[in-house]
Amino acid sequence: MRKLLYLIAGLAFITACKQPDKKKLPIYGNRQPVTKTVDGKTEVDTIYATIPPFKFVNQYGKTITEKDVAGKIYLADFFFTTCPSICPIMQRNMLAVYNEFKADTGVKILSHTIDPKHDTIPVLKTYADKLGISGDSWWLLLGQKEEVYQLAEKHYLVAVNDKGAGGYVHQGWFVLIDKEKRIRGAYDGTDKKAVDQLIADMHILQQEYK
Amino acid sequence: MRTPLLLIFAIGIIAAVVSSCQSESEMLYNRYYTSGSLLYRTHCENCHGVNGEGLSALIPSLHDSVYLKKNLSKLPCFIKNGVGDPIVVDGKIYNSKMPAQSNLSAIEVAEILTYVTNSFGNKMGLIDAPKVNADWNNCN
Repeated sequence: MRKLLYLIAGLAFITACKQPDKKKLPIYGNRQPVTKTVDGKTEVDTIYATIPPFKFVNQYGKTITEKDVAGKIYLADFFFTTCPSICPIMQRNMLAVYNEFKADTGVKILSHTIDPKHDTIPVLKTYADKLGISGDSWWLLLGQKEEVYQLAEKHYLVAVNDKGAGGYVHQGWFVLIDKEKRIRGAYDGTDKKAVDQLIADMHILQQEYK
Repeated sequence: MRTPLLLIFAIGIIAAVVSSCQSESEMLYNRYYTSGSLLYRTHCENCHGVNGEGLSALIPSLHDSVYLKKNLSKLPCFIKNGVGDPIVVDGKIYNSKMPAQSNLSAIEVAEILTYVTNSFGNKMGLIDAPKVNADWNNCN
């Protein structure tokens, strides 16, 4: 009898610990309070910064816009194919993310080149082939330089410029965007641990929509 | 009774000292290898990886002992001047450019090469600074 009691107590503890962890990711970016009148009452709503519409071409020569990531969560980063410094380590880490989510049509990876002069579509395609990526889960995007730089700095909040000693300077952030196009996280793409955290956070973000 | 114990103790100490002593060449090798591992982290690891694994078909691994051995005297030139021509490593063609590390000294290149050619499953012994200097004179 006593043993049984212990057993029940033990089970109670175990099941108590199995409560689903309802963790939510923070929302980043500027926010504005908006006052509006609903049914004669004044309410304050928060408007979060979102990623504006864009138009690029991917490694297959197909046009990619914000509509192609509608209803999906995605990662954005910035690179160039001839980058000798932080890119290889970023790509190695991004490959881990790609392998985790490549079967999931609700997740995309958008890597924008910051060297559109050199990184033409055939260059991007060859690079993708050599990296070992295929299908439509990881796109390498080519666009107008000004548009890419604007998007990086003003919206994804990643610093890029073409005035570095090696030609280009850019930060290795992987930026996580939710279905409402809000920034939900930024992770150092050169740090394996940060990228492991990113993969875990992407699963958490997906849970929000279930 | 006391003397034999002391004697055993003394012999033990001497044995420990002798066995912990490294030969001069071993010490030199260890010094090169350790410095090389630090330099590798700064100058090579981003591209070639923490375990010398490279990156898919973009950046070759450093695991191909046959390639390394065959091109041993070219490796100092590769580091100093970079690589532009396609090379075949692990049976795969690599034609991306490797950037030149022209600001490294002969001893630094020798330390890196000693590390690389004795890690990741490679075992080729010491590559010293005079050897690197000699190889540099024969770069294309």
